[in-house]
Amino acid sequence: MYPRSFDYIAPASLEDAVRELGNAEFAKVMAGGMSLIPLMKLRLLSPDLVVDIGRIGGLGEIEDTGDHLSIGALVRHRDTASSDVVPTALRQAASWTGDVQVRNRGTTCGAVAHADVAADQPAAVLALGATMVARGPSGIREIPSDEFFVDALTSALAPDEILTEIRIPKRGGGSAYDKLGRRGGHTDYAVAGAAAWVTVSDGAVTDARVALTGVGTKPELARAAMEAIVGTDGSEGAVRAASERATEGITVIEDLYGSVEYKTHLAKVMVRRALTQALTEARS
Amino acid sequence: MSTTSVLGGVVRRKEDPALIRGTGLYTDDVKKAATVHVAFVRSPLAHARITRIDTEAARNAPGVLAVYTIDDVRHLGPLPAQVPVGKLRPLLADGVVNHVGEAVAMVVAETRAQAVDAADLVEVDYDPLPAVVDLKQAASDQIKVHEDLESNVILTWEAGPWGNEEGIAETKAKIAEAKGRGDTVTVSLEMRNQRLLPTAIEPRSVVAEWNPGYERFDVVSATQIPHALAGAIAKTFGLASNAVHVLAPEVGGGFGCKLNIYADEILVCFAARELGRPVKYTETRRESANNTIQGRGWIGTATLVGTQDGEILGYELEALCDMGAYSQNFTAAIPFLGVFVGSGQYRFPTYMKLDCVATHTQTTDAYRGAGRPEAIYYLERIIDAYARKIGKDPAEVRMKNFIPAEDFPGVVSPVGFAMDTGDYAKNLRALIESDAYRQLVAERDRLRSEGRLAGVGIATYVEVCGFGPSGLADLGFSWSAYGLPSSFNGSGLVRVNPDSSVTVIIGTGPSGQGHQTTWAQIVSDQLGIPIDRIRVIHGDTAESPMGIGTFGSRSAAVDGSATYLAAQKVRAKAARLAAHLLEAAEEDIEFGDGGAYVAGSPDKRVTWEEIATVAYQPHRLPEGVEGGLEAHAIFSPANATWPFGSHACLVEVDEETGDVRILRYLTVDDCGNVINPMIVAGQIHGGIAQGVGQAMFEEAVYDAEGNLLTPSLLDYILPTAVDLPSFELKRTVTPSDVNPLGVKGIGEAGTIGSAQTVVNAVVDALSPLGVEHVDMPLRPKRVWQAIQDAKGGN
Ligand SMILES: Cc1cc2nc3c(=O)[nH]c(=O)nc-3n(C[C@H](O)[C@H](O)[C@H](O)COP(=O)(O)OP(=O)(O)OC[C@H]3O[C@@H](n4cnc5c(N)ncnc54)[C@H](O)[C@@H]3O)c2cc1C
Repeated sequence: MYPRSFDYIAPASLEDAVRELGNAEFAKVMAGGMSLIPLMKLRLLSPDLVVDIGRIGGLGEIEDTGDHLSIGALVRHRDTASSDVVPTALRQAASWTGDVQVRNRGTTCGAVAHADVAADQPAAVLALGATMVARGPSGIREIPSDEFFVDALTSALAPDEILTEIRIPKRGGGSAYDKLGRRGGHTDYAVAGAAAWVTVSDGAVTDARVALTGVGTKPELARAAMEAIVGTDGSEGAVRAASERATEGITVIEDLYGSVEYKTHLAKVMVRRALTQALTEARS
Repeated sequence: MSTTSVLGGVVRRKEDPALIRGTGLYTDDVKKAATVHVAFVRSPLAHARITRIDTEAARNAPGVLAVYTIDDVRHLGPLPAQVPVGKLRPLLADGVVNHVGEAVAMVVAETRAQAVDAADLVEVDYDPLPAVVDLKQAASDQIKVHEDLESNVILTWEAGPWGNEEGIAETKAKIAEAKGRGDTVTVSLEMRNQRLLPTAIEPRSVVAEWNPGYERFDVVSATQIPHALAGAIAKTFGLASNAVHVLAPEVGGGFGCKLNIYADEILVCFAARELGRPVKYTETRRESANNTIQGRGWIGTATLVGTQDGEILGYELEALCDMGAYSQNFTAAIPFLGVFVGSGQYRFPTYMKLDCVATHTQTTDAYRGAGRPEAIYYLERIIDAYARKIGKDPAEVRMKNFIPAEDFPGVVSPVGFAMDTGDYAKNLRALIESDAYRQLVAERDRLRSEGRLAGVGIATYVEVCGFGPSGLADLGFSWSAYGLPSSFNGSGLVRVNPDSSVTVIIGTGPSGQGHQTTWAQIVSDQLGIPIDRIRVIHGDTAESPMGIGTFGSRSAAVDGSATYLAAQKVRAKAARLAAHLLEAAEEDIEFGDGGAYVAGSPDKRVTWEEIATVAYQPHRLPEGVEGGLEAHAIFSPANATWPFGSHACLVEVDEETGDVRILRYLTVDDCGNVINPMIVAGQIHGGIAQGVGQAMFEEAVYDAEGNLLTPSLLDYILPTAVDLPSFELKRTVTPSDVNPLGVKGIGEAGTIGSAQTVVNAVVDALSPLGVEHVDMPLRPKRVWQAIQDAKGGN
């Protein structure tokens, strides 16, 4: 399909990019284009202006600042997946995103900005308690991940804001991501998935964050499961009990790949598997 | 290094360098000067009356040359069909739309983007009518698909044997009697064989140009049937068939979906003549999903009755087969292909009743296997269920009921068709007595002992293909509506050029099957001229002799045989010329090492180049011999061919999620003689991938309003390499006796053999829980649900 006609620019700096975004009636940022271009070709999205941030320098790095990791706007899924500093949950989520071509072009920030409920990395970012750094006309703004995912395909970014980096706090512990892909195993978009992050001290779970993929309308925290696991010994029984509460407070939505009943069940399985792996890592 | 060895040798595909380097020409690559482009306005509703079409704004949009509706083209339609029952498709919607995506208007503009933009401006008012999508509901006739249809059941195929009412009554009586006996077991399952999208990676594309000086259409189309397309265009426009030149260049996958005449192919011709410009249409992926024919879509009940010790006494299949809204090329004939193989390779009484049911959905037609995968699926699933019920090894039950090898030749199947050759027991033994199969079973048992859900499935199949005998026309299948001779036959022309290179021109063309290599092998084998000196030309109606096309696994058996016969004629003439040059007797001439020599004295020889040179210098020819060194042959086999085989696989099911993994996949296929084992293996690989795709992933899902919910590859899940295990292939060889090559065809066998193999394995894995059947595709959600239902029932 052909998109409606649109203007395209590839500014060299963030300032220019933000200004162009502000000037247009309806502009979209393009990073890897893996989700934006298909939507445009289907005419589900018809921006007047596409602002390609691909030529802006300094956005392609994963940096360890000591207290957090910074993932720049042009860090590709492949870079995230193969990094040895990125926490396991996000690495796994990136490595199971799409296929080789998609991982070579698509960006972690793009996947997060896109805020698709079936996408993998948003849940990981949420479980890791990341902070999104957005740059807009009035400067830089930090958005906690808990506030970032607003609704289906909707993030807290304003139309003229660019997500320049994702900051992942270095808080130790262990993390993991697991999903069942639409074509089975880890392949393709998630039917349901879960990311978990835990810290353990003296045999007790001291902190935990768990986030879900694919079950509601947006990437969401499984708060009941989080609360249930903290303070326990992280035993198999404790994990099982916590994962039973995976979708508490979340409206599970049926789609072609699963009924509400199935997805609710799957969310529990994935939370259990992710928590179990995260605990193993935290203890090691 | 390619060998020059020929029949039976692995020869690297001659076509691959161009395809891999991207220098092959596909239809959309054709850029004729001044080409204009088409976009269609399509119906958003499955059933509605069109109350108004306003094309004004679109006509005035930038770059637009014309906007056409049915009023402009009614006189050119409808599209032809081999079995013209139900409603034939008008070129554009005629007053009523009958499925989502049906073309209502056609916009032609200078650029494709302008055409697409202008199509958005065409206003169509619809008065919605009730739509019927569900097959059972459609069969009940509560809602008529077309007002003037007597019933949505547009045709019923009944067999047992086919076309023999007395025989059918007898078969039914036998089965009823067996069911009534106190000592027999009857199993019955209702099963769905879901709708599929053929999904050729190259979408369909066509470009047409009218040359008013030559009074000729030049058409390039991604089609499997260039001659039929030329015939149909000629007939539509009242032209001689040689006033239409169709070229099918490289075709990027067909699987049956390019085995049709499409309205857009006629419409671009119409527009090209009206506008005096070349006109091009290339479908989008979504259009491919919604508007190119779809496949399968059966719901049926299979019932089998047999003794406690595995002797099957009768089998019945009653099914509703989804035809979609309009009948196209083979639409209502597809279930009949299922009747052909309805009793498989077995000898028990078989009764079949297949209702062809119209619905408000896109037309169905031939998709890889076409009718045969459906029929074999039901048969092999129910045999498995029966074996399980009586507690017998499924292989043993099959073995016990096969038509014995000794019965060949001369076998007529219980559904009434003569079969060429077969040795089913040998084939199945080659599978189950292999180490690989023993390992499969051992691994399943090991996994089970660890408390995991593992299963082994086997299935056997017979296929009918290599169409076929001219006599098929007597069954009512005819290409005469396409301006072709009614019969199915094949053709080949072999020309040795003056420099002794060879040009082979064939009536069929590949959509990935490797004709250039296989045909070169056939000719090289006859002439002893190396394969790299042989060029195969196909798909060009101006150059190639009449041929029906590549489908139904027919090319090698029919057109390959014709080419073989043509090569023999050339060889005979060359022998005569060599004898003349060597002053020897014709009978003593043998070919080898790049030329001909006298038997027994290999140094008395002439090269092919010398022979060819003489052939084109009439003054040097012996008296009474015409110049040139070429021959053409037409071949119509005495019967279709009947390949067969046995498949097995090992699966593991994640009990918690319903996720299915295929761990190993084994086959023993028998396609008669093998021309190129690598190409045969490639066909089996692709075939299994599509069969496994149906078993595990693929489904064209319609909602109750007739919207296709899976119109893109985001939602329509195709199998990819990462989803499939390595296939472990073996073969038995039972040559066909209906063609000189002894080949049977292998294009569809992998698909026909595989879907039920996977389902049988998954049911085997779930059988400890009491699961008897799971419908395809075996998506995790469905497998999980079956597990829950079985557990709930316990
Ligand atoms: C074949 C295929 C398979 C896929 N499979 C999966 C899968 O299994 N799992 C999965 O999670 N995803 C999958 N995806 C989606 C893929 O991960 C996308 O790459 C990702 O969602 C978007 O990243 P991108 O850089 O390509 O963003 P783009 O496509 O360029 O942009 C996507 C959206 O985010 C916005 N955006 C991008 N970057 C920024 C930024 N820095 N600041 C503000 N807004 C921004 C854009 O404006 C747009 O709205 C698949 C995609 C394809 C094509």
